[in-house]
Amino acid sequence: MTIAALGGQGGGVVTDWLVLAARKAGHFVQATSVPGVAQRTGATIYYLEFFPRADAPPGREPIMALMPNPGDVDIVVASEWMEAGRAINRGLVTKERTTLIASTHRDYTISEKMALGEGRVSSRELFEIAAANAAKLIGFDMVKIAEAAGGRISAVILGSIAGANVLPWGIEEYQHAIKESGLGVEASLAAFEAGRQAAIDAQAIPLTAAAWPSNHGAIDSSDYTLEAVPTRLRARIVDQFPLNLRDLLGMGAARLSDYQDDAYTASFLDRLERILKYDAARLADPKLTAATGRALALWMSFEDVMRVAQVKTRRGRSERIRREVRANPTDLVNVREFVKPRVDEICGTLPAGLGQRLLDSPRAHRTLSRFTAGRRISTSTISGFLLLRCISALRHFRRGTLRFKLENERIEAWLDQIAAIAPRDYDLAVELAECQSLVKGYGDTHERGWASFSQISQLASKLVGEPQSAARLRILRDAALSDDDGAQLKHALSQLAA
Amino acid sequence: MAERSFSKEVQSLRLTEGAEFEGEGILAVTKALLQSGVGYVGGYQGAPVSHLMDVLADASGILGELGVRFESSASEATAAAMLAASVNYPIRGAVTWKSTVGTNVASDALSNLASAGVIGGALIVLGEDYGEGASIMQERTHAFAMKSQMWLLDPRPNLPCIVQAVEQGFELSEASNSPVMLMLRIRACHVVGRFRAKDNRSPAFTLQEAMDHPRRTFEKIILPPSTYAQERAKIEQRWPAAVKFIRERKLNEHFGLDNPSDVGIVLQGGLYNTVLRALERLSLADVFGESKIPLYVLNVTYPLVPEEFTAFAAGKQAILIIEEGQPEFIEQAASLFLRQADVQTRIVGKGPLPMAGEYTGAVVIAGIRKFLTEFGRLPVPDVPLLPAALLARNVPVRPSGLCTGCPERPLFASMKLLAREMGPMQVSADIGCHSFSTLPPFDLGGTIMGYGLGAAGGASFNVPNPRRALSMMGDGGFWHNGLTSGIGNAVFNRHDGVTIIVDNGYSAATGGQYILSSSAEIKGRRARNRIETAVRGVGVEWVRTIRTYDMKQTMAVLKEALLTKFTGPKIIIAEGECQLNRTRREAPAIKKKVGNGERVVRQRFGIDADVCTGDHSCIRLSGCPSLTVKTNPDPLRRDPVAYVDNSCVGCGVCGEVAHAAVLCPSFYRADVVVNPTAWDRLIARLRTAVISLLA
Repeated sequence: MTIAALGGQGGGVVTDWLVLAARKAGHFVQATSVPGVAQRTGATIYYLEFFPRADAPPGREPIMALMPNPGDVDIVVASEWMEAGRAINRGLVTKERTTLIASTHRDYTISEKMALGEGRVSSRELFEIAAANAAKLIGFDMVKIAEAAGGRISAVILGSIAGANVLPWGIEEYQHAIKESGLGVEASLAAFEAGRQAAIDAQAIPLTAAAWPSNHGAIDSSDYTLEAVPTRLRARIVDQFPLNLRDLLGMGAARLSDYQDDAYTASFLDRLERILKYDAARLADPKLTAATGRALALWMSFEDVMRVAQVKTRRGRSERIRREVRANPTDLVNVREFVKPRVDEICGTLPAGLGQRLLDSPRAHRTLSRFTAGRRISTSTISGFLLLRCISALRHFRRGTLRFKLENERIEAWLDQIAAIAPRDYDLAVELAECQSLVKGYGDTHERGWASFSQISQLASKLVGEPQSAARLRILRDAALSDDDGAQLKHALSQLAA
Repeated sequence: MAERSFSKEVQSLRLTEGAEFEGEGILAVTKALLQSGVGYVGGYQGAPVSHLMDVLADASGILGELGVRFESSASEATAAAMLAASVNYPIRGAVTWKSTVGTNVASDALSNLASAGVIGGALIVLGEDYGEGASIMQERTHAFAMKSQMWLLDPRPNLPCIVQAVEQGFELSEASNSPVMLMLRIRACHVVGRFRAKDNRSPAFTLQEAMDHPRRTFEKIILPPSTYAQERAKIEQRWPAAVKFIRERKLNEHFGLDNPSDVGIVLQGGLYNTVLRALERLSLADVFGESKIPLYVLNVTYPLVPEEFTAFAAGKQAILIIEEGQPEFIEQAASLFLRQADVQTRIVGKGPLPMAGEYTGAVVIAGIRKFLTEFGRLPVPDVPLLPAALLARNVPVRPSGLCTGCPERPLFASMKLLAREMGPMQVSADIGCHSFSTLPPFDLGGTIMGYGLGAAGGASFNVPNPRRALSMMGDGGFWHNGLTSGIGNAVFNRHDGVTIIVDNGYSAATGGQYILSSSAEIKGRRARNRIETAVRGVGVEWVRTIRTYDMKQTMAVLKEALLTKFTGPKIIIAEGECQLNRTRREAPAIKKKVGNGERVVRQRFGIDADVCTGDHSCIRLSGCPSLTVKTNPDPLRRDPVAYVDNSCVGCGVCGEVAHAAVLCPSFYRADVVVNPTAWDRLIARLRTAVISLLA
């Protein structure tokens, strides 16, 4: 059997347990591993072979392989979902004989994490491949089970092997092995049992694609829902917009009422009504209004200092943090925020006129830059919380700020452009609406995003009516999201020009 | 303290005659050394024999009782030179290291040792780091054996054979007055098995005796005219003696000879299990090794025995030579043997089998099948051995990276940020955990020239230029040779570049072994020798020491080094203890404190999902395993948000990066106070009361 684990998950411990168990059960056993540098968070492979002593003539011992050979492997255990994919690609999982036991949790690789947007490989797709390749697939979240049982994933892995019931010996041998090895026996036994149960359950109710509603699993529920929208506005959404847009607009409206006020939300709906016109003939699938609505709600709730302060002083946050850091009821949790305002962000929160003047004056710039050192504000202290609360309260004056003025102009220009393009090149207009996703983040990230957005939107007007215009705009958008120095976008733009 | 402790396992080294030994390959090798009456042992850590060094260190007590001297050598060259004790004295000595890199380092001493010859058995245990899991360039140790006339053992990969090879290795060495190399592939080092133990033996001739009665023989000095005589001795006496010993003692094995067959297979001992499995799959052998095809197993791959080859090949239509790695030395030699003996048997090797790459089960089975079909022993297959599996597309690679909380992460993050500000830099990287700086997300460093050779690798970038070249070096590499090859060289040649010495306190990448500058008190060793003192000692004037976790300071010092008017080598010692070792030391203490109800503050970082906009710049600057992504809880947003998982150790880098790079305000640090004092609780109650009013 093969165990495909990640460095630090204790694959070696599992191997030692299996060796002890096999010997207890009267089997010849050989175990090998290939750690090398892989012990540093990389993928590692452990391989074991067993042979019943009873089946060997006296004095004879079986010759055992030191590495897994395609077609030889009865059990493949993958302690992480993508490692199951790797084992399949190595040809270790065969329809004829291999039981594939895999943890459904993901431990994302650096390439997936580094992407400027969505870079994760589809877990659902992998499920279909795993199910098609293995004689039997036993899948469950080993990390969850381990945490629930208060043990390590290594013990859960051993339990899952016992639960799969492919190896010719019983629970006692496994438990004996755990006791024999002697470290954290109680916790390990508990986690072992939990893993065994989970594996048995996973066989009773086999894994299906339904486990992945999206490519990556379920999405947490949001506080921003249609129900949360103030009555008058909700009525407006219900009356003036097609049914298939309600939930989306509900989320947007609720978000904006929380972000600013109901009047602000109303302006959101006004802006959308203008776009909805171009979907008049397409109410069954109003792609443009949907795309614009989603993007507009996000853009209108741009992240400024007040927004951040609002989020960080919100009710229930401290409870959420306690849960996230696994604090026991008796523990105290003090939270420090890492903030580093930049001059333009400070100016952005000032009244437009003043802010602009300061921004333009080098001297003021220098003075202000003194206040831009990195700060750690503790929202667990009264002073720290009060400070952020006050900043958050400034949002009532947001409409007067420089940043608001700026973002508002940009939003209007964007909407005008969509409105101008929509009647002539509907799909291109939809793509342009989607391009808002480029403008996100703070500081440099935000500037970079805005730069790519303006480049692309300028080009959009030129593309109107051209063949493949929408597809070509999409290529540019993807290019902008494929590196953070704009090289790809530059390349794509030059390609397009040529 | 090494990453893995063998204090429990080493007790099995005391096993006596007839007892059954159970354990890992490297542990078996150690036992075999003691059974062979070895007098002194040395070596340098490196996968896959790192654990052998750890075992020896943990077994120092047992070694002492037997009167065996153990050194953890400064480098492979040191270890090889140690074998000099076997040149003039009948003392058995053994050293170990990772091959081929370690053998490269040791070559000078090895050449001289091989030329002088030995009278006490000299055994070199090599971890052949080739194929899957290898961390180095792919080369063969075989070539070293050939050029220096040292003998190379490649035993069948099971414990009894490996143990026997150690014992026979010493005898072969003494019978032929030549050093012997015992090569163990990665999996053989880690294979878990059993063998029947013998009693340990104290060295027949001790180092004390040698020091009391010093000997020297002029013929063993590496100077003309002796060197010419030594070369002749190699050819006229030692080589024939070795071949004779190998033949008479039947070190190489034959299987399945009694099955009449017009084809046969010659294989390196280390590949025996793989080949047998392949034959079994082709129903040409049973699980106990009964082969229908005659096998000639080379447990000694150098020197080869011509008579054995010709005898095995005679009367056969063809033989397949299964020889891993390139070039095909054995195949070439065999062709010569048969040609000279006018044996007309076809020799097949590279062809059905690939010239390059590891001989995995799948590769070997395909190769044997091809050979046997070509020579009519197998029907031409109509179906592939295995139905092609449905492959998972784009399974992302999972390269090794820096551990959670690694002190080297903030250093590389600082360098990456600096590169953004000052433009890309010429960086010469080195071997060690810090080699991972060359991988995503950091992508720093264009070359790795060898252990401790980072600064040397940047030596030529020493021309007047406003932008200075950078080079990296680890503390392990620094003491291994970097002090002279890199720093001393830079001083002597007035190099104007910047060298960063990463000081994590251990030889971390090989498993956290101690080195000269380790801060611990080590029994029988003298550590706590400061790198800065050594650097100043060789004449460096510009030295700065930084704490890597302080990114502000790190960036400031880096900048200073790159821009200062000072000409000459600029050395930055980047301190930060290896997190793995630190945790191993501190975790139990903290656990105890918590248990005793003492006040403990546990820090960890978190991210406000509703502030994060899913750009992941933080990840591109850190690459910490605990800093990952999760599906955005906000259904309006599509990009996954950054998320700090439970493995976070609160090292502080996230905060530092967020500030240094002016990232987003999403990060928070939670200080979890376990067992808070009454005062803590009072303050907390007060605060929550007021805050809940404000909220």
